Amino acid sequence: MLKIKNLTVKVSGKEVLTDINLRVKKGQTIALLGPNGSGKTSLLMTIIGFSNYEITQGSIIFKGRKINDLSIDERARLGIGMMFQRPPTIRGVKVRQMVDLIKGGDFDIDRAAGELNLREFLERDINLGFSGGEIKRSELLQLLAGGARLSLFDEPESGVDLENIALVGEIMNRILKRDKDNSALIITHTGYILDYVKADEGCILVGGRLHCMGEPKEILKTVKKHGYEWCITCQREKPRKGSHRPEK
Amino acid sequence: MVHNMPKRKTKKGLSQAGKIDIPSYKSKAKSLGYLEDLAKVSADQKKNMLSAGVDPSQKGRSGTYLQMDHSVVHSESLYPGVEVMSTTEAIKKYEWVDNYFWKVVALDADEFTRQAHNQPHHGYFLRALPGVKATYPLQACLFINDNNIIQNVHNVIIAEEGSDLQIITGCATASDVKRGLHIGISEFYVKRGAKLTFTMIHNWAEDVCVRPRTAALVEEGGTFLSNYICLKPVKNLQMYPRAELVGRGAVGRYNSILFAHPGGVLDVGSRVILKAEGSRAEVVARAVSAGGDIIARGHLKGEVAGIKAHLECRGLMVTEKGRIHAIPELEGTVEGVDLSHEAAVGKIAKDEIEYLMSRGLSQGEAQAAIVRGFLDTSIMGLPDTLQKEVDEAITACEKEVF
Repeated sequence: MLKIKNLTVKVSGKEVLTDINLRVKKGQTIALLGPNGSGKTSLLMTIIGFSNYEITQGSIIFKGRKINDLSIDERARLGIGMMFQRPPTIRGVKVRQMVDLIKGGDFDIDRAAGELNLREFLERDINLGFSGGEIKRSELLQLLAGGARLSLFDEPESGVDLENIALVGEIMNRILKRDKDNSALIITHTGYILDYVKADEGCILVGGRLHCMGEPKEILKTVKKHGYEWCITCQREKPRKGSHRPEK
Repeated sequence: MVHNMPKRKTKKGLSQAGKIDIPSYKSKAKSLGYLEDLAKVSADQKKNMLSAGVDPSQKGRSGTYLQMDHSVVHSESLYPGVEVMSTTEAIKKYEWVDNYFWKVVALDADEFTRQAHNQPHHGYFLRALPGVKATYPLQACLFINDNNIIQNVHNVIIAEEGSDLQIITGCATASDVKRGLHIGISEFYVKRGAKLTFTMIHNWAEDVCVRPRTAALVEEGGTFLSNYICLKPVKNLQMYPRAELVGRGAVGRYNSILFAHPGGVLDVGSRVILKAEGSRAEVVARAVSAGGDIIARGHLKGEVAGIKAHLECRGLMVTEKGRIHAIPELEGTVEGVDLSHEAAVGKIAKDEIEYLMSRGLSQGEAQAAIVRGFLDTSIMGLPDTLQKEVDEAITACEKEVF
């Protein structure tokens, strides 16, 4: 589905991602872990194509096609969708209008909004005065309305109360299970969302570099015990790509 | 409104919008016959009227006044207690009507008021009798059908005590009209406890110059809500309507939605003078420049204690060219006034465009959605029936603009 090869990215002249190699297979879900500022969001923003993220080296291949030079909307139409962590407010554009513009033919806006407890938000300006949890649910509604094949979830659980995490997880699963080939990258700090959405693999980003891959819960357990610093050490000790050293 | 403005401002305003050579326009226009059946307007006229919010089918309307060039083409009230006629006819019909002419707008305010006085071409007289609450909006349309003419109209609108009147008024031109000058004097009288909602949509041709001269007088407990929408290209427009709140608890509100096309100059402001205790006012402007110049003025003057008023202007620059100059003014002449303003001018945010693009909208679609959202009419607080009509008119207009 997605292949990232030797990707290096700069934002305002500063390198934020260095030599990233990552592959998301058809139907695969990968959890991205890492401390604040490690480059997780930058990686998703580069994949979707935001102009601040300048690719200085490497390539992004989606469904067999190099997409480095495609515009954001072209990437979206190819099947990449993103749930943003901090989307901008669009004054005067109502959530309903937006969903109307992006939805597939048989999508029932009111029903989906009802399921996401967002019915009264449909007539409100996008993200204006929304709480953290409301933003997440509105983002999910938009993602659900579109037909993404590769979904990029940026911290789907942050700001969401415990009661709603299960709901967020349920909708994410629905997006992913519409087709067996649907894939995802999920950024998570806490890993809570992984109790609801099954990730096939986890990987760790520290300092803009991808450090290891492995069984996501196993990785999380290790990080919780040793912290992310350990990953750097681990990399130093065992610089083999794509390996995760289980805890001893 | 120009006539009570400090002299310095008048000069600045007019110089910004450019000098107009009145004699270069034709003062005579072909006389057009009265239409008993409004459905008989041409398809082109109908299209341009609809873009200005005026529906020849009169569906959902309390009545219609239609003037083309210098001829009254249709004038009809469909609601008991609502009067619709030309000001020429009103002068013949009512002796007292003189008391409403040149009372809030000064005759000698400038060359345009003098022109309208010396060479009047009708205008509309709209009145709701005491206590009459019209369910549907009344529509009035001033249409320029002939190229290169001058149209001088004088309108008088009266909401008698306890009445409620909504008016949607559109100014438009025939598609083959390139040049013209429209001078419109409008005097509004909102009597005790009455409510008048006036929504004006301008749909002019690119090379038409427009000089409305407008003022309103609002009595005790009265509400005057004035909405102005100008999205289509216009060569230059200069206006500074004024409302005087003279009765206790009177309310005045102006909303303006302005879009300046390349080469266009819009010098538009709203002024409210609060003269009675407990009166309140709000002036809200949304201005978008796609290459043209907008001077968005606003002036709130509190002359007695216990008044409250707020001024808000937001400007959005869509291109590198053009200019938006917001000039908010607050003036208190006594202690105990509560006046505030906020103004912001900025360019269209890249992260907003890219966010919408990530949902599959092209860059152009994303930009248009943001601009349309910025010009959201729900800020106007219109009654539901009128909101729908205004939105339809704007949608018709937007199809050509974006």
